Amino acid sequence: MEFTLLIVVVPLLMFFVLGLVGSKMSHRAAGVAGTLGMAVAAVLSYAAAFRYFFAEGKVDGVFQQITAFSVEWLRFTDKLHIDLGVLLDPISVMMLVVITTVSLMVHIYSLAYMHGEKGFQRYYALLSLFSFSMLGLVVATNIFQMYIFWELVGVSSYSLIGFYYTKPSAVSASKKAFIVTRFADLGFLIGILIVSYYTGTFDFGLLTGDGASLVLESTAGLSFMGVSVASWAMALIFMGGAGKSAMFPLHIWLPDAMEGPTPVSALIHAATMVVAGVYLVARLFPVYYFAAPDVLAMVGYIGAFTALFAAVIAITQTDIKRVLAFSTISQIAYMMVALSVSGYGGHDGLGYMASMFHLFTHAFFKALLFLGAGSVIHAVHSNEMGDMGNLRKYMPITHVTFLIACLAIAGIWPFSGFFSKDEILAAAFHHNLLLFVTLWVVAGLTAFYMFRLYYNIFWGKAKSYDEHHKPHESPLAMSLPLLLLALLTLTVGWAAPFSELVSSDSIPFETHLEWGVALSGIFVALAGIYVATRLYARGGERPAKIATSLGGFYRATLHKFYLDELWIFITKKVIFKYLSDPIAWFDKHIIDGTMDGVGWVTTCLSSSVKVFQNGKVQFYAFVFVFGTFVIAVWALFL
Amino acid sequence: MISINHYLVLSTILFFVGIYGFIARKNMLAVLISVELVLNAVEINFSVFNRYLYPEQMEGMFFSLFGIAISAAETAVAIAIIINVYRNIQNIDIRHIDKLKG
Repeated sequence: MEFTLLIVVVPLLMFFVLGLVGSKMSHRAAGVAGTLGMAVAAVLSYAAAFRYFFAEGKVDGVFQQITAFSVEWLRFTDKLHIDLGVLLDPISVMMLVVITTVSLMVHIYSLAYMHGEKGFQRYYALLSLFSFSMLGLVVATNIFQMYIFWELVGVSSYSLIGFYYTKPSAVSASKKAFIVTRFADLGFLIGILIVSYYTGTFDFGLLTGDGASLVLESTAGLSFMGVSVASWAMALIFMGGAGKSAMFPLHIWLPDAMEGPTPVSALIHAATMVVAGVYLVARLFPVYYFAAPDVLAMVGYIGAFTALFAAVIAITQTDIKRVLAFSTISQIAYMMVALSVSGYGGHDGLGYMASMFHLFTHAFFKALLFLGAGSVIHAVHSNEMGDMGNLRKYMPITHVTFLIACLAIAGIWPFSGFFSKDEILAAAFHHNLLLFVTLWVVAGLTAFYMFRLYYNIFWGKAKSYDEHHKPHESPLAMSLPLLLLALLTLTVGWAAPFSELVSSDSIPFETHLEWGVALSGIFVALAGIYVATRLYARGGERPAKIATSLGGFYRATLHKFYLDELWIFITKKVIFKYLSDPIAWFDKHIIDGTMDGVGWVTTCLSSSVKVFQNGKVQFYAFVFVFGTFVIAVWALFL
Repeated sequence: MISINHYLVLSTILFFVGIYGFIARKNMLAVLISVELVLNAVEINFSVFNRYLYPEQMEGMFFSLFGIAISAAETAVAIAIIINVYRNIQNIDIRHIDKLKG
């Protein structure tokens, strides 16, 4: 399986090629080169997945962790060293497929979407860099390699969000995304240091193997402020995951990140990077489950709250990409909850499998939603719902594919979202009723806001468009990825025997549809769709009236519960004012003052000495002779 | 009888006349002549000490000869410089030559 290294290396190569000589290439050549590179990676991933799942991965009915490639990068001690390598196990292979597929779709789509943009080659170079980082992240053999690629992902996301760097809003959005996730990564790093300090290893296999006994034994009996060390470490690591996966209260960067080009949102902020946090928790799941169950429970409550919170906000947003951004936050929180309600091994591990399943299906239908939204934006040249309406007549392909994705995210049978969401609900139902009810409500809200979005874009009152700029269906390069993703959305739910491939202890198990849970899920989704249909299908004044009657609550939701303002308040008014400003003052006046003082004294001394340096040769001679005289007198008489 | 002291008084007078001229005169040629006076005072000292203290040796005499040769060379260089200065600023007043001050 050594060829899997190529999956990671090819995008890196494309990044160097496009980054170094891209500006000499034509737009078309650069785009095609990037797309071909990604296609190669995708084909290799499919080959790897096929061989892993159906040929080499399973030994005695258990999926093995295969280290396909490993090289020592930095050695601290004999045990503690950082390797770079490729680890294949069910979830990493699944992620390879997801990432390369979505990335390939986005590459193809961008050929048309970004056509003629300034910096087209740079765009493709950055896409390749991002794909490389994300692939490196999922195949990481140890937690430090993951951290390295984690940061690389952050950087490439930063540059892609800020792609339109002449636009101030894009620049501030990219900075926000970088700083917020970087702040969260600080926790991640501290967590890594704690774990590696006690266990003496970074390796995933050693950390998670054998019921996380290494972590349990090395930190046994140790606690800090009443909480065990293992819990501290895992909570800090989760903080990193919460930053990347936009969990409350670190979610604030994701809606702003929509300033980037829409295909980038589809790739990074829907399908791949934002699920890195979920992937991280899944990767370390045995450690969470055995060594830090309290943290895992906390993950569940944070996730459930985030899911509800983001769903409520999504209802009121009018920028279509922001609606999708909040729905992403909500769906990722779903996955987090699923992990937290999971047990270990066999059917108990349903939540784990459901989480990965939802990650898998969500990646496709959310990418489809974003690309569909991009297609709409491409046609209408606006992100605002108010500028859209009745587009189903102009853009039939976009309309149908978008509808499929909406049905999938709402959880309607037989679209893929139904299957994964049902597993999550079932897992939550058997584990924690409070979480189940929250998720159930969120499922209804999800259906409602997605169909609000759908009706506002494609139905609504007959909108009169400018005769010369009538919206039209997007070119083939854009509709082809839409169709392919729609096909995946239709099929992956029931076609993939997911529990046979991915499970918490790598032993395949059987799942059955729990019709009670499934029907209640479909019921609440249909209710949401029904309400949305009544309110938005024909347009009209009713939604506005309801909004007015809700008053303050509506306004708070529209402003995302003022969390951005709260963060600004905390950072600007509290941290900057009471911490940063005094430190800056100290730096400016004490540190710089000392240095300036040294310079000032030197200047004063030299300007008093300078008067001797007047250029009069005879004065010099006089001083010299006089000095000689003084020395002579001193030598003779003293 | 002329004793060593007569020579030394002469050379001392010559030396300080030279120093005074070097510090006080404004004309660069006069300054140059003053430098020659200082050198000559030194050469007299060399010769005299050699003659009176070590009459069987000749090092002091040779030093004087070397000094004369060097002062000739130095005078040639100095006059060349003075001529060039004159060509540039039409003046050989030493007070005007202060462009290199810090």
